[in-house]
Amino acid sequence: MQLARFHRLKPCYYRLEGTRCAKCQTTHFPPRQRCNQCGATELQSVRLSRRGRVAAVTSIHQPSSGFPKGSQLMAAIVDLEDGVRLIAQLTDVEPEETSVGMAVEMVVRRLRTDNGDGPILYAYKFRPVLKRT
Amino acid sequence: MREVYIIGIGQTPVEEHWDRPLRELGAAATLAAIRDAQIEAPQALFVGNMLSGATCGQENLGTVIADFAGFNGIEAMKIETACASGGAAVRAAYLAVASGAHDVVVAVGVEKLTDLAIEDTTGALAGAADADYEAAHGITFTALNALMMRLYIERYGVRKDDFATFVINAHNHARGNPNAMFRKPVTLEDYARSPMVAEPICILDSSPVADGAAAVVLCSADRARSLCDRPIRILGSSLATDTIGLASRREILRCEAIRRSAQLAYKQAGVTPKDIDFVEVHDAFSIVAALSLEASGFVKDGQAIPFALEGNIDIPGSLPCSTRGGLKARGHPVGASGVYQVVEAVEQLRGQAGDTQVKDCRLALTQSVGGLASVAVTHILGN
Repeated sequence: MQLARFHRLKPCYYRLEGTRCAKCQTTHFPPRQRCNQCGATELQSVRLSRRGRVAAVTSIHQPSSGFPKGSQLMAAIVDLEDGVRLIAQLTDVEPEETSVGMAVEMVVRRLRTDNGDGPILYAYKFRPVLKRT
Repeated sequence: MREVYIIGIGQTPVEEHWDRPLRELGAAATLAAIRDAQIEAPQALFVGNMLSGATCGQENLGTVIADFAGFNGIEAMKIETACASGGAAVRAAYLAVASGAHDVVVAVGVEKLTDLAIEDTTGALAGAADADYEAAHGITFTALNALMMRLYIERYGVRKDDFATFVINAHNHARGNPNAMFRKPVTLEDYARSPMVAEPICILDSSPVADGAAAVVLCSADRARSLCDRPIRILGSSLATDTIGLASRREILRCEAIRRSAQLAYKQAGVTPKDIDFVEVHDAFSIVAALSLEASGFVKDGQAIPFALEGNIDIPGSLPCSTRGGLKARGHPVGASGVYQVVEAVEQLRGQAGDTQVKDCRLALTQSVGGLASVAVTHILGN
């Protein structure tokens, strides 16, 4: 990924920022220019909830270039507690341990290293919620 | 808007064309369509293509194909709507004639995917989805379709193996198509043994990466009458979009772009789903075939699989689907597939479909879907 592009994405990738409509309070992710519910253009940046539940999950046997061959990436639709839905990688979990409804939380993890020795790209992923003692 | 007719079709076989470059495939289909229409040259050329830059380093594809086909100077442009690019090129050509801007034009879809290593093709195709919020995270195009299939299985309580009915049907129909990539039947056992690409999508759920080109000649009513004995009329043409990201949708399985484009096409043609004799669906993955039949109004939501299992999508059946093999077995040269669908529908309506001829057919629906059903193009054709 181009470095400038990655820097532009950092608020979303590191802090899970979306937009919220000042008029109808709809929250969007990815961030929008104009509210897709009411058409208002006055939108504010907002940090999304870091917790949610898995709505669907798949494990990827044939990855894109730039992602390790032979690894099984897991992708999930995640419903966040604030009602926003997004798609992200799951981490710290085996495919057979995943299930619909599983509680997950956001972490920032390495996405990939470009061209072997290029910049290391980090972004949000979701892991099973850790049990607190 | 003026009436628009199809008076010529052309296509190359769909396969791994190691020996033929992008421009040659595009020009070959274009010239075949010109010969079929018995005209000298079109006034404009609309080239449906998704990935010429990524796979061949070539953009400005309108000019390239016009030049290589020997039509220097004409209006020519590339039309891109990801996997629906072919359908969109037909739509652009339709609008050019309907508006009165041109009388005779060509829409050609062309794609060259097999020059790249599979992981690079996979990466390039992921650009049909959201580059920053899906593809960059390593979430492949197949994986996104797999998530839709998971939701579908969960919602409607169907079994993964039930989807085999679309695959078996497509391969059966490809046997009658000399241009199809896979002309051999597959069985439920083959499907059950097929390796996973992104669970629950297996290789046999997926259309193959391939090269190919298909073209149609479109013209106005008066030119059609003077040039052609049996012109096929385009009765409806529409394109609709949805959010680029799958997760931004309120109801993922509703496929609003498909729904909207189908409704617009029915309305323009003055017909209902019941009037359609056969349908070329965008069966890039078997889940998309199911969702397309539902969103296009042929069956209620959740009913596509029982509908298919009852034999309705076979030839003969109440609604034959993918009658020349579909994307699944004819092959899916991405930006060309939407034009192949129209060419195949014309073959059927002309009575030129050989072993897989749909008897007494008069009304066809073709539908090209791009991204995660984020764009859909529907055409209704009649003779």
